[in-house]
Amino acid sequence: MQETPVLSAEAVTQAVKRLADDIHAAHGGAPIAFVGIHTRGVVLADRLVAELRTRRGNIEQGTLDISLYRDDLSNLAALPTIEGSDIPFDVEGATILLCDDVLFTGRTIRAAMNVLIDYGRPKCIQLVVLADRGHRELPIAPTWTGLTIPTQREDYLRVHFRETDGVDDVIHYTRDPA
Amino acid sequence: MKPVPRRKDLLSFDRMTRDEALAILDTAKPFKDLFTRSVKKVPTLRGKTVLNLFYEPSTRTRTSFEIAAKRLSADVTNFAVSTSSVVKGESILDTIDTLQAMQVDYMIVRHSVSGVPEYIARHTKASVINAGDGHHAHPTQALLDAFTFREIHPDLAGKRIVVAGDILHSRVARSVFDLMHLLGVEVGTFGPATLIPPSIPDYVKVFTRFEEVLEFDPHVLYLLRLQLERQTANFFPSMREYHRVYGITDERFRLIRERGMHIMHPGPVNRGVELVDDVMTYERTLINTQVENGIATRMAVLYHLTPEVTSRTHDPEESA
Repeated sequence: MQETPVLSAEAVTQAVKRLADDIHAAHGGAPIAFVGIHTRGVVLADRLVAELRTRRGNIEQGTLDISLYRDDLSNLAALPTIEGSDIPFDVEGATILLCDDVLFTGRTIRAAMNVLIDYGRPKCIQLVVLADRGHRELPIAPTWTGLTIPTQREDYLRVHFRETDGVDDVIHYTRDPA
Repeated sequence: MKPVPRRKDLLSFDRMTRDEALAILDTAKPFKDLFTRSVKKVPTLRGKTVLNLFYEPSTRTRTSFEIAAKRLSADVTNFAVSTSSVVKGESILDTIDTLQAMQVDYMIVRHSVSGVPEYIARHTKASVINAGDGHHAHPTQALLDAFTFREIHPDLAGKRIVVAGDILHSRVARSVFDLMHLLGVEVGTFGPATLIPPSIPDYVKVFTRFEEVLEFDPHVLYLLRLQLERQTANFFPSMREYHRVYGITDERFRLIRERGMHIMHPGPVNRGVELVDDVMTYERTLINTQVENGIATRMAVLYHLTPEVTSRTHDPEESA
């Protein structure tokens, strides 16, 4: 595998700040709720909330575990550990900003929307991702994107956060040229 | 995030590690949290079939498994043995072949003969869960008990439990001993010497007087149901005698309260035999919590098991 750095630590911080700016411009002070998808979506949501709390109030926050809603559970070699979801606010009528690190096939987002809707009927769900690498298998599009990067289907795109991985960066792994 | 290894069947705790037991117990927690949502179901086992195969009557355990399977979106079928061809003399293996042909993914088996679930497990690709076999084992009961115990004492290592009553006829006792020991809990037992089997594991401390139990000072006093239907010989003089010597009398209940001990019982309770009525309303009696936790724990077990079917290739971290 060949590693290509896509974003440095500083660039990750800036990308998050830009996402926060865009979200702030769109929502102003209206009530919003951030929901991060385990594991790195939770970190992205935490950072966006920390950034926005300096500018406004009225922000709710929750986390989502989609393991039980995956469409490929019986094909996995080992079971994912269930972290559990924590939605401490009323989903009914809420404006939800769903956060994840990488958007790829869209299946995780499909599962996440199903989980949310089992809690109630939100007013709307918007999607925030740090990196969109393409190859969608479902008709899903992000509302806000930190960066868009073309990849091959078999590549890996990894977002690392200090909280979970010790460093902030985004790395694109491609197969070594033969 | 450490991935949990896959396992086909849950028959006893013989080949289970502490890590695996803890993984199942940890998984039960998010399942319990689902019960507070407006939609209590998750789509995890959608399209899968769960079969309740009970060769022995049971309403509580069967219903608990049925609710657990339905909350995971599985289709549940109850194989009513008393009305089936089993009473016409069909062998267990023929029954299993028939059910296999019906593409059942999970079988919940209860049988009065020890070892039948294991025998079935060897002959089917479906995952088999032992829901009680003879005097051998009842692993999901022990798991839900451990889950209930952990809600009060998150770290069970070094905690103490006393299992009281008819150990000899109890598969629940055997599984509770095995699992509690696996989790590092100190285990004692209290009951008539005639109802304590000679094969009791070495690590179980045997108490024959209630004063010894008080001295051991368990965090949980676990009362077994006196299995009247299994008593074939006279192991003790009378019900009243049993209650006076081995049950929770008013006097003992006062001492239990003072110490703040928790009470568990696998149900159904014989009031006035294992315990006096007042115990049922005591704030540290966990009997109803055990029932509620039974559903979450059984969901975790169903989630944890994997029937033998298609080959698996990708890594769970590789999410879409």
